[in-house]
Amino acid sequence: MEKNLNDSRFKIANREALIGIGLVIINFAIWFGFAYGLGSGDPTEYDYVMGFPAWFFYSCIAGTIFMIILIWVTIRVFFKEVSFDDEEEQK
Amino acid sequence: MIHWQVIIPLFVFLIIIFMIGFWANKQVRTSNSFLQEYFLGGREMGGFLLAMTMMATYGSASSFIGGPGVSYSLGLGWVLLAMAQLPAGYFVLMILGKKFAIISRKYEAITLIDFLKKRYNSNVVIFISALSIIVFLFASMTAQWVGGARLIESLTGLNYTVALFIFAVTVLIYVIIGGFRAVALTDALQGTIMIIGTIILLIGTIIAGGGIDNIMSSLLNENPKMLSPFGSDDSLTPLYVSTFWILIGLGVIGLPQIAVRAMSYKDSKSLHRAIIIGTFGIGTIMFGMHLIGVLARPVIPGIEIADTVMPTLTLEVLPPVLAGIVLAAPMAAIMSTVNALLMLVSSTVVKDIYLNFINPKATDKQIKKRSFWVTTIIGLAVVLFALNPPEFLIWLNLFAFGGLESAFLWSVVFGLYWKKANKYGSIASMVVGLVLYIAIDRLSPHIFGMHTVTLPIFISLITFVIVSLATQQKSGLNKTNL
Repeated sequence: MEKNLNDSRFKIANREALIGIGLVIINFAIWFGFAYGLGSGDPTEYDYVMGFPAWFFYSCIAGTIFMIILIWVTIRVFFKEVSFDDEEEQK
Repeated sequence: MIHWQVIIPLFVFLIIIFMIGFWANKQVRTSNSFLQEYFLGGREMGGFLLAMTMMATYGSASSFIGGPGVSYSLGLGWVLLAMAQLPAGYFVLMILGKKFAIISRKYEAITLIDFLKKRYNSNVVIFISALSIIVFLFASMTAQWVGGARLIESLTGLNYTVALFIFAVTVLIYVIIGGFRAVALTDALQGTIMIIGTIILLIGTIIAGGGIDNIMSSLLNENPKMLSPFGSDDSLTPLYVSTFWILIGLGVIGLPQIAVRAMSYKDSKSLHRAIIIGTFGIGTIMFGMHLIGVLARPVIPGIEIADTVMPTLTLEVLPPVLAGIVLAAPMAAIMSTVNALLMLVSSTVVKDIYLNFINPKATDKQIKKRSFWVTTIIGLAVVLFALNPPEFLIWLNLFAFGGLESAFLWSVVFGLYWKKANKYGSIASMVVGLVLYIAIDRLSPHIFGMHTVTLPIFISLITFVIVSLATQQKSGLNKTNL
């Protein structure tokens, strides 16, 4: 009985760890892609968004805000609540 | 020169911290499980506390003082690099997350080493871990302590010894009497101050510089490379900057002072909330403080000593009382890092060394007494070293972060997620990680254009896997309950 409980809890934990890895990969791709995709040219010819160079705006500002929203949605949708205690569930 | 308007908010901040310490001490005295209460706060942290203590422990003097100083000279490229820290807010908690919480309760683990001990069942693992925690973290504690005293010295005009004394007395008293609960609660206050301070200073700097457009065009006039992702001197290559994701983002899982927090929270709801709040907090502080360093350049040009950029800017652009609040932020960052380290080193000595090797049958009363004494003695030893920091401590501190990551990362991660991980793999990867890290740091820190930590992390990964697989038969007898 306890073993089954553990197994299902660990399955959830493993899945959530994989989601964490997925999120980091997305985070890295946005960060790297915008920074070096838009920022590799001549700095005197940069485009600007809200006063910042476009690469910086998309990579560091918009990318970060996007990640926080994505993490929030992911937790809402995919993360499950599990109990941590074996015996003390009633407490 | 003494700025009273700046000192008063700082003083109020210290008083509140004291009071939290005394309140937490009440909990310690009435708790029926001393070890769990003193070193883990009774595993009762909610989401906000967990997020704040993670963030405040992680954010240190370098986020508020050192980092902005480097941005000041390298430009937006350094802000880009700093944003590699965002995963420290969510990745660590998602990976360690529920599994660590469940298993550490099952093993009744109080420290990271407790977990490793029960998972790998090996005295060698305990010994290497305890030794590296004590040595590296003692060194980084001393360095943070020196930083805290220097900050007080520069803000108040008091001399270094007096400043060190004020800083030490405050931190030691609340940590010794209040334990982990005091540390976590003060972290919540300190973390909040760090976020608010960052936002105030960012707005103040933008206003003082005449708006973002204005600041960017002055930077462009001075040196267009200040606006590029490669840094003002082209030193920030994409590969080098990317490897920082390992050092300050992903590898953070291996830092014992961070990992121990991932076993101290109450329930899964706390974890979920902490991930969101923590990511927001770390994002705000790291982005804000490092951007402030860049924006400061046109506002206060010609600063020679990088570490003075942030304090000078604050006193320049903000009215005195606001400056006092903002300058409490780096103080808070330093204190909240130091208190976590002190707690961790003390728990390592009491729980992992004293109870493991010296006196396994100690009574609750003995443990209590030892815990207070050990924390006090370590604290006083740090103060003594900080009065006149010896060369080797400074040297050790330089690789405390990467060294601990190289030692612990894979033992923790595989210990949680890989059934075949065994003590031989763990020992081999710890030794290889540590030795390689120190060797590369000494011989060729930018090997192949990557940060020092990259190779040790990869090679200790391979070592762990190969050694574990090769010794499967040897360790087949003691199956773990994973």
